[in-house]
Amino acid sequence: MSVVAASNASVAIAGRPVVRGVSLTVEPGEFVALMGANGSGKSTLVRALTGLRPLANGSVTLFDQEIGSFHDWRRIGFVPQRASAVTGVPASVWEVVAAGRLTRRRWLRPLSRADRAAINDAIDVVGLGHKASDGVATLSGGQQQRTLIARALAGEPDLFFLDEPTAGVDLPNQEALAGTLGVLKESGATIVLVAHELGPMATLIDRAVVMRDGRKAYDGPPLADHEVHHPDFGETHTHHHEERPHRDHAPHVGSPLDPRTNGGRH
Amino acid sequence: MSILQQDFMQRALIAALFTGLAAPSVGTYLVQRRLALMGDGIGHVAVTGVALGLLTGTSPTWTAVIVSILGAVLIEVIRERGHANGDVALALLFYGGLAGGVLLTGLGGQSASRLQEFLFGAILSTSPADVWVTAALAATVIVICVGLAPQLFAVAQDQEFARVAGLNVRFYNVLVAVLAAVSVSVAMRTVGLLLVSALMVVPVATAQQVTRSFRTTIGLAMGLGAVASVGGLLVSAYASYHARVAPGPTIVLLSLAGFVLTWPIGAWLRHRQRLALPFEAVEPHEHDVIDTHPHVHGDDCGHVAVQHGDHVDYVHDGHRHAEHGEHYDEH
Repeated sequence: MSVVAASNASVAIAGRPVVRGVSLTVEPGEFVALMGANGSGKSTLVRALTGLRPLANGSVTLFDQEIGSFHDWRRIGFVPQRASAVTGVPASVWEVVAAGRLTRRRWLRPLSRADRAAINDAIDVVGLGHKASDGVATLSGGQQQRTLIARALAGEPDLFFLDEPTAGVDLPNQEALAGTLGVLKESGATIVLVAHELGPMATLIDRAVVMRDGRKAYDGPPLADHEVHHPDFGETHTHHHEERPHRDHAPHVGSPLDPRTNGGRH
Repeated sequence: MSILQQDFMQRALIAALFTGLAAPSVGTYLVQRRLALMGDGIGHVAVTGVALGLLTGTSPTWTAVIVSILGAVLIEVIRERGHANGDVALALLFYGGLAGGVLLTGLGGQSASRLQEFLFGAILSTSPADVWVTAALAATVIVICVGLAPQLFAVAQDQEFARVAGLNVRFYNVLVAVLAAVSVSVAMRTVGLLLVSALMVVPVATAQQVTRSFRTTIGLAMGLGAVASVGGLLVSAYASYHARVAPGPTIVLLSLAGFVLTWPIGAWLRHRQRLALPFEAVEPHEHDVIDTHPHVHGDDCGHVAVQHGDHVDYVHDGHRHAEHGEHYDEH
């Protein structure tokens, strides 16, 4: 039994193939890092694995269920790629995290005692217990990222998808994130982490998958950050210097009624 | 006989109370999605609905509800599919709605003043039947906005997360659009279609000056909306003994006055929060030692204390002073 299985998965954005022919299996309890340069398709692949992007070809199963007919969303915890958790109206950390509990709540039912306990636990695990009633807008970028991880935790899922949770986060917050992920790993959760660089999370990784130009280029033991960007994955004394600017996968042709064509970044 | 004992005034007060509560409850979700002007757009589309009602001799309230729901769903579809130029598409719809409404009114042989009742409100001429329709529709809006608050909040906060959490995001988006359309039609009699968005947005903007959670924001916004619309109606009623004071604009101006009064408080609170935001904990490569400091920093010394890694920096006159044994470090 596998938790995530993609077979020959391809994703097209506005008709242009972005992720092509990726096969990937994640076993229960595994911590997989999905790495690659910007624009390599790692985020798009995760969006396909979570059902946010339709597949152009191939198949994806979650817990051995075809993704089209998968409904057990409470088993999935998703941390989308976000610069900020702030919206047009103030919201407290507790409220944002409570949204993660919706996978286990029914319409028009108040929060049960178990719900409240799970929300408080999730906030404590990411180390924001003292900030629970603060507005998210008053938190630093790293603390907001931790809030979004707590939101995914609140639903008590078995499988986590984290899309670049450390992008733009300072080192102490990265260490706090790594601590949280360590706790999750200990508890037996399966984790798929999209990351440009691993930093303090490197020691937790069981396996690395590297995407390059929309195709899977490497799948095996963990790599150091600089090895990921090396053509042969692993010669020492190479560093990656320049990251390519984000590429648009399809040209933006502006007309009021054109469908949205951006590749997953907002 | 006091003006409060007049039938038409009592009906107007009930209508004002319900619209004052309902409009900001939907407005909060619109502001959260940064769609504050959506109410305006729906208001413009609803003009065509009113004109259709006047032209065909049916109730303008119901035709406005139907046309504005169609318009709101269309806006939502354009928004979901649209790219950067979605706002242009919306503008096309707004102007189409307004122009269509004015044209149809003329075709129907109705005077501009009849249409004006709907554009700027005519709460004092509300019929008993209108009041019940208003109250029932507004109550429905309030019940849904408050009852489904967890779901609506989650969807407005982060659509992608909500989708992976198994929520039917499209359903909730359309629901908010429909609720907005209904409250526009409901508030049409109170403040008028051209001012309706003010009652949806201004109380929310006022509330969020002083709140830090969603719950208190939506609650306070509904309270402020009710106070503004009932208060504005009363002010205009009593002022009417001396001059011609229309209720719709009075309600909106009263609501705006609340914002103007609260804004300095909000600006001050935000300024204080920004000062107290922790400094980034990077390893400093050097620092100056301040040996003779005439002042002893402490918890209540009056200087802003900011967390910086494992210690506290005291901020004054462009300095960041951290206590270090007998002296202060400038870094």
